[in-house]
Amino acid sequence: MFSSSVIITFLQRAVIQGIPLLYGSTGEILTEKSGNLNLGIPGIMYMGGIGGVIGAFLYENSLASKADANAFLAICIPLFSTILFSFLAGLLYCFLTVTLRANQNVTGLALTTFGVGFGNFFGASLVKLTKAEVPSVALTTTSAFFTKKLPFAANLGWFGKIFLSYGFLAYAAIVIAIVVAIFLTKTRGGLHLRAVGENPATADAAGINVNRSKYLATCIGSVIAGLGGLYYVMDYANGVWSNEGFGDRGWLAIALVIFAVWRPNFAIPGSIVFGGLYIIYLFIPGVSLRSQELFKMLPYVVTIIVLIMVSIRKKKENQPPASLGLSYFREDR
Amino acid sequence: MQNEKKVREPLFHIAKRPAIAWHKAWGIRALSILAALIFAGIVAMALTGENPLAIYATMIKGCFSSERRIWMLLQTLVMLLCVSLAVTPAFKMHFWNIGAEGQVLIGGLATAACMIYFGDKLPPWLLIIVMVICSMAAGAIWALIPAIFKAKFNTNETLFTLMMNYVGIQLVSYFVIVWENPKGSGHVGVINQVSQAGWLPTIGNQKYMLSVIVVLALTVFMYIYLKYSKHGYELTVVGESENTARYIGVNVNKVIIRTMLLSGAICGIAGLLLVGGTDHTISTTTAGGRGFTAIMVSWLAKFNPLYMIATSFLLAFFERGASEISTIFHLDQAFSDIISGIILFFIIGSEFFINYQIKFTKPAKEVK
Repeated sequence: MFSSSVIITFLQRAVIQGIPLLYGSTGEILTEKSGNLNLGIPGIMYMGGIGGVIGAFLYENSLASKADANAFLAICIPLFSTILFSFLAGLLYCFLTVTLRANQNVTGLALTTFGVGFGNFFGASLVKLTKAEVPSVALTTTSAFFTKKLPFAANLGWFGKIFLSYGFLAYAAIVIAIVVAIFLTKTRGGLHLRAVGENPATADAAGINVNRSKYLATCIGSVIAGLGGLYYVMDYANGVWSNEGFGDRGWLAIALVIFAVWRPNFAIPGSIVFGGLYIIYLFIPGVSLRSQELFKMLPYVVTIIVLIMVSIRKKKENQPPASLGLSYFREDR
Repeated sequence: MQNEKKVREPLFHIAKRPAIAWHKAWGIRALSILAALIFAGIVAMALTGENPLAIYATMIKGCFSSERRIWMLLQTLVMLLCVSLAVTPAFKMHFWNIGAEGQVLIGGLATAACMIYFGDKLPPWLLIIVMVICSMAAGAIWALIPAIFKAKFNTNETLFTLMMNYVGIQLVSYFVIVWENPKGSGHVGVINQVSQAGWLPTIGNQKYMLSVIVVLALTVFMYIYLKYSKHGYELTVVGESENTARYIGVNVNKVIIRTMLLSGAICGIAGLLLVGGTDHTISTTTAGGRGFTAIMVSWLAKFNPLYMIATSFLLAFFERGASEISTIFHLDQAFSDIISGIILFFIIGSEFFINYQIKFTKPAKEVK
């Protein structure tokens, strides 16, 4: 039915689609484990993406000629600005929800409005600066360093294509997901963090600094999610930023959190499944244009089914953190 | 000196305020809006290089300078208010319905379907009745699905309703291609342009008058429903404490389902007004993010329908005003999102000072 080369291409494309989702959901899992339901993730990923674009733009414009580009700087400057932007966004969310105890849903949605607007606004401003004909900024020189692949990957046939054909940020996503998974389940710090998310009052009584845990988890989570935006712009889109290009991937990342039942290690295969569901309509022959739209529903429908099954089966280890979405105030105990 | 003490006294501590006088609470909110305006003015100045006062003058002009603009502002206001009214009973019940976007879209989709399929088959008055019923039913069903699972299995409604939005959006984009006109354009185009079948009547030659009247009626209805009806009382109790509700004999599951049906049906009306009343077409952006903005409108107004007129005015003003700035100063449309975001952050933050007070520790008396 399908030739093996189609399957290999499909898998490779699924991974590429899945990586931004993996970043987003790893960040969100870490955040949710502290009891913060950060619905600002889509906005934060936009901010991370535009942060990388601004960094790369400044760097490319500071060069006398494109040939002078230095790999270290070309990677570090966008990386640094992405981290800075997404960290500040996370910090703002924390300040409002943890210190000022604002409603998390409202704050998160406001942050998404702000972040998406921020990304599109600065994206459009950069487009205007470059005086380009097309409504997008192309940063191909910097992007070339992000998309650089292992030199021998091309010689290894299908193995090379499926496993070795990605830029370094793709592997970083998997490493980060594994590290977060180990941190959450195998270390004392992870245990403390989960305690905060389940029952902050108990955690507080046990001497864990609840606010600090929430701040740390949420800010680090934001940075991880922001890297998803960077990966999208610099690797997936080859350094081309166009407004609204990132689409609804941020919400899909939140869906993936549920699909992975709050475990980053499950999110790794989960992200590939989601990536595959996202593009499967391109690979099924004879799908009409209109049915493609129905196929794009799949990731969300699958998430709803998982959400329902998790709530019906009521397995303790698969539940959302018990205090998810609630602010903690010591005097309320 | 400080280091010698074994226990360092914190500089201040935070305590819950007892109920605060309403004028103080609104004073704090007004101050926060003022602070937000100043901050947003600085941001706008940095981006445009213009005098902030000139920027605000442009915003006000953009909203009020002509009769057409005032109507546009009113339309933005009432549509936002309509969706906010829809989500409010659910929020009051502590059911985080963030699926209004999808519920509005599905309501609009049902309206468009009636207009397209029955446009030349039914007499005009019957067609409009069918549209009203279908749009409300469609919105209600979209809200009912998460409600049933919440009631039966306690499925997380925030995430469920969020996902339902995207299922709804994809369903709409499927039908947009099915109905596209002309073929291959990717748009539905104006439905029944010639016959105008299913177009809601215009009152007094004003395109937006009907929405304004319907939404005002809904506002009054919702105020009475929440404040004076038994249903309103029951859903408030469920929101405050499910156990208390059970104890006093409220059927919690029934209340959840009933409230969500109402919430979804009003979203359906919003879809009806948008598709049948003003746009006469449908696209994935018909709801235009109102489902999300409405959550903030409702929350800022403390779930009080009358206050919501003020909060939706505020957000509508910024949306229209910022879009005027972006036209005049050649900025991207996304500018209005940044400004709305800043305003929201300030107001959200100000709630803290209404609910809590900071008590500075008095210098400790030397006890020797």
